[in-house]
This record gives sequence, C-alpha cells and structure tokens, in this order.
Amino acid sequence: MKKIYSVLVENRSGVLCKVSGLFSRRCFNIDSLAVGETDDSKVSCMTIVSSGNQRTIEQIEKQLNKKLDVIKVKTFDEKDSISRELMLIKVKYNRNTRRDIMEICEIMKADIVDMSNNNMIIQICDMPERIKVMLDMLKSISIVEVARTGTLALPKCVDN
Amino acid sequence: MIGADAMIKCLENEGVTTVYGYPGVAICPFYNSILDSEIRTILVRTEQNAAHAASGEARVTGKVGVCAVTSGPGATNLITGIATAFADSIPMVCITGQVKSEQLGSDVFQEADITGAVESFVKYSYLVKDAEDIPRIFKEAFYIANSGRKGPVLIDVPIDIQNAAVKNFKYPDEVNIRAYKPTIKGHSVQIKKVIKELQKAKKPIICAGGGVHLSDAVSGLREFAHKHRIPVVSTMMGIGVMPTEDPMYFGMVGNNGKAYANRAMNESDLLVMVGVRVADRAIAQPDLIMTNKTLVHIDVDPAEIGKNVDPSIPLVGDAMHIFEDFAKEEFECEHEDWIRTLEGYRDTMIQKRNPNPGYVDPAAFITMLSNEMKEDAVYVADVGQNQIWSCNYHIVKGGRFLTSGGMGTMGYSIPAAMGAKRGDMDRQVIAVCGDGSFQMSMMELATIMQHRIPVKIIVIKNNYLGMVREFQHYTYKDNYSVVDIKDGTPDLEKLAAAYGIPFIRVADMSHAQDKIKEFLAEDNTMLMECLVDPMDLVK
Repeated sequence: MKKIYSVLVENRSGVLCKVSGLFSRRCFNIDSLAVGETDDSKVSCMTIVSSGNQRTIEQIEKQLNKKLDVIKVKTFDEKDSISRELMLIKVKYNRNTRRDIMEICEIMKADIVDMSNNNMIIQICDMPERIKVMLDMLKSISIVEVARTGTLALPKCVDN
Repeated sequence: MIGADAMIKCLENEGVTTVYGYPGVAICPFYNSILDSEIRTILVRTEQNAAHAASGEARVTGKVGVCAVTSGPGATNLITGIATAFADSIPMVCITGQVKSEQLGSDVFQEADITGAVESFVKYSYLVKDAEDIPRIFKEAFYIANSGRKGPVLIDVPIDIQNAAVKNFKYPDEVNIRAYKPTIKGHSVQIKKVIKELQKAKKPIICAGGGVHLSDAVSGLREFAHKHRIPVVSTMMGIGVMPTEDPMYFGMVGNNGKAYANRAMNESDLLVMVGVRVADRAIAQPDLIMTNKTLVHIDVDPAEIGKNVDPSIPLVGDAMHIFEDFAKEEFECEHEDWIRTLEGYRDTMIQKRNPNPGYVDPAAFITMLSNEMKEDAVYVADVGQNQIWSCNYHIVKGGRFLTSGGMGTMGYSIPAAMGAKRGDMDRQVIAVCGDGSFQMSMMELATIMQHRIPVKIIVIKNNYLGMVREFQHYTYKDNYSVVDIKDGTPDLEKLAAAYGIPFIRVADMSHAQDKIKEFLAEDNTMLMECLVDPMDLVK
C-alpha cells in the first residue's frame, strides 16, 4: 500500500538524517523524499512516499510522531492528494530524432529549457505517473541524464 | 562564568548529586568546574559502566542519572550503556566532551560523531553550538529524559563552548518544545471501555511490565489488583510490581518464565497489558494473546501500541495516572473460580529440578539469599543463566529487582548496583552475576573500593558462558564453541584480596545459609563465589 507522509519538522541541522535514519533502522521503505522550507523559515516540510502493509504504515506515522523534531505528520493516499514531481531530462538528439522529441514534449506538456547542437534539456512538472510515462517515452530515444525532485504533495482542498 | 560553570549550575538546579564518568581533555573544563560544586564525582574504570551506574541510580531514585565522559573513544565506549538504558526506558542525561567547534568534521584527535552514532539509541541528542544555549538545552534534556516514555538524552559539548563566556545565566523554569507533548492522562472513553470489559470478564489478568515501575504505578496497580481480585503476571522488567509471594501474583511470563504464568495469560479472556513492549522473550507468539480474548494495551508511548500486537482496546497514558483513574471507578466483578484455577496451576506446574548435591543449587541458593536479604533490598541480576535463575527464584518482598531486560547487556549488574547504592545508601544492594558477566565489569571493583560504595557481589561460577552453553546443548547437540572460560578466569579469592575485599566461597549447600548470613551481616563490600554445576540448566 502506498502512502504519502507530509511531515513538518524543525528546520535544524541533522533533522533529515534523524528522519531518514528512522526509516532505515526500522526497515521502512522510502520510495521518494523531498524536503524544503515552508512559509515559516523555522519549519521544513518533508514529503515522503512510502509503502508497506497496514501495520507498517501505522508504525511509520507513530514513529515519526515520536521524533522530537517532528512537529506534525499528515498521512494520505495519492488519490486524496494533489501530487506533482519535477523532472529534468537531458537527451541526445540528431536530425532524425529531433522532431519525435518535440512531439513527445508537446503531447506531454513538457518544455525544452536548454539546447546545444547534440543535446537538449527537457523540463516536465506533472503527476508522478505521467513523469513515468515521459521517462518511458524518452528511454527509446537517448537519455543522457535525469534529475527528479521526488513527489511533492498536499491533501486536496476540502471545505468544512 | 564559562560554559562549563553553566553546565554544573544546570546539574545543581536539577538536583543532581552524583556524576559518574571518566575524564579526558575534551571534558576537562566540566571536570574543573565541578570541583566548586557539592556534586560528587565517581570515577569508573571504563565509560560503559558510567552509563550503567547512572542507570542503576535512576532506577532506584526515579530521578535522572547523569554521566559525563570525554570525546572520541570516551563517548563511543558509552554507547552500549546508552543502548541498554534506551531498551529499558531509563531516564539518563549523558554529557560528552567534544573537540573544538571549528575542528568538527575534520577527523582530528579523539573526534567522533557521537550524536550521529547514538541516534537510534537516544530519545534525543544535542550538539551545543552556543554556550548561551546551555541552560535551555539542559532544562530540556532533563525534562525529555524523565517524561513520557523515559530514556537517555545525550548532550555533546565542544571544548570551546565549555570555555566560552556565558553572560546571563538563568535556568529556565519551564520547557517549551512544540513537537513534544506526551500524553499522560488516559482517554476517559477508553478507560470506561476497560472497566466495562473488566465487569464482563470471567478470566481477567494483568500483565505488568517495566513501565509500571517507571511511572511509579506500583502501589496503584497493587491496590487495584487486590480490590478487584485481578491476578497479575509480569514481564522480566516488571518483576517486583507485586511481591513474589503476593497471593494475586502468578509469576513472570515468557520463554524463561513460569509455565503457569504463560498458561494463565493464554487462557485469560481479558488481558490488560500495562507498560510492556510485547517483545519476543516475553510474548513469543503474539498471535496467542490476540485470539479468544479481549486485549487491552496501556502504554505511555503510542508507538508501542499496535507495534507487535493489535489490541482490542488501546489506551495511551502514563500507568500511574491510569490506575488513579481506574481507582475512581466503582464496579463489581466476580471471578473466584478463575483465581482458584490459577492457584491450582501455581501449586502444581512447578518446574522440577535435579540439583547436583556436589555443588550449590543456584535455585535454592537464590531463594535462601532472598529470605535473608533485607525487606527493601535491591537485587541486581546480570545477564545469562544467573539472570534466569534470579528471575525465577528470587523472592521480592518490598525491594527492587533490577536487570538489563531489553538489551541483555552482560556486565550490567556491578556498575548498576554501584549506582543503585549511591542512589540510596541506606539500602542493601546486591549484584548477582555469572563468572562471564563478572569478568566484563570486574574492573569496577576498583571504583567500589576507591569511592567506598558498599555493594555486595555474588558470582555464580560454572566456568562456562552458561546461557550460550545451554543453547549449544539444545541446538548444537553439545558441540560447544567458544564458551569455556575455565582457563583464564582468575582465582577470585586472590582477586578480592588484591582489591582488599573480603571473600566467601560457597561450594555446596551444606553451609550455605550460614555463609549467606555472614555475607549479609555488615553493610560492606564483599565478594561471594558460588560454585554451581557447569552442566546445570535453566530449563
């Protein structure tokens, strides 16, 4: 079962290590982890995607809550959230493949953000499953390198 | 005032009377400032034992134990002691010296990333970066260590911070950690549910763990169990929550516990677990306690609930407060048949032993010793066969039974007994260890003599690492591998003489009682050697 944990933590040195160490020590998986400051500079938000059975999912939340640097944990499913990932992909192109790449970018709503005679960098910001599609599409052409942020997510807006 | 003075002032504000430790350059400012204080320093002979001693003191006093060591190897030597305290949730503040702030991360002499190394064994850790933060950090550390689920907290202080000026020392009155608000009081709805189940139950039982001692809930539990006539079993860490001979107490559970205790737990229709971790040695088959019964799990740590078993009624809160709330509920319950059944089990399911008359029978010896010990004595069991014999045959009256239950750290008993004695000099404190565990901390005989800490030590000697030998006996058909310690174990009589410690040997049961009386006669340090059959088994 996949779960997204949105973890508000104290923005201090060593906190990332404490949280990621918790996952490794207790044999919990991390599918992805993204960290950034929130509107309050003293607080960071970690978005962790993890998977496991019901007991593991519950333990992850409880163990995270036990950490003294963890202020708040929100756990939610992908379907109840708006999740996005940013990916930069450098691909090699030639005259024969250039058009194909541009078409893929158009269909996938990706942008070409840098270019040389042989290489280009494509930027895509989308739902995690579409990022995967994009990656699969470009694999058949020629990927040089890839950088991904990991999933960022917030629970969907619900008015009381 | 410098940082080191501030550290000492913080300890004074917390009412610390003893610091166990070992100096080194990186902690020298601290040990210099402590000279101006009333706080007593106990120089151990290896750092691990400073942590065990602090743990022993904490367990007897209920206050936070303190140890202070130097950077690098001093700090890393402390780790086993910290892990031992963490496994048993013992409140402790461990202070480590550190290299200069500007040298951090450059692998200089005696630098170790101790806050990183102990991360999974501490409740929290600090690396002090500004001397002005010392009062706040110490206040928080003591609060964190001794609240909620208790545990060790480490404070790493670089030497330049210890020497830096502190302008305005003010020890805070309160702590405010926004991410740390332990749930102490149990939820009233859950409490009502438990009471309702108790009224319905025909075969209720309470399984008490170390958490009952830690939250000072012993008297609350006893009163509740007696008033409603609810039988009690305990885990190893829970030993002493009821006097061993209390009619409502039915022994220690687990694979090394009493068969009748396990049977009682498994046959119950309502099992109330209080302050237990449900770890494998106590509950070997979690499935068994989840079937055919209502399972209540009470713990101050929400993460313990549902970790190893899924309870029908989870109840988060501190055991003392929960028993106070239970006591407010007036209700009737009726289960005299169940008590009679359990009494029948207790009378008949007795493990038969065939002691070798040529040696001391550890079971009979430990019971005899218990009966001669003072009412409120502290019995500190080490780890190994001696521990299991101690658990099963020591009779707790009004005293305490201490051991390293979670981590099972050999060598725990002597330093922990030192700390326990320092914590309450009026109490009789006896460490019982094996010849293996004794040799893991026998260097502390020097500490005991230097600081005149009159603990009594009993070595149950069988010339083997008995617990492992027993395992190899059953699992590897007597193919013994690295368990024979006969050659090399020193002559304990000569060893005791070298330290100036009176010595008594018990070779068989014929004069055991007189020798025990002699051993316990005065409040002094004594070493007793008991020769037991090398082939003796705990089962």
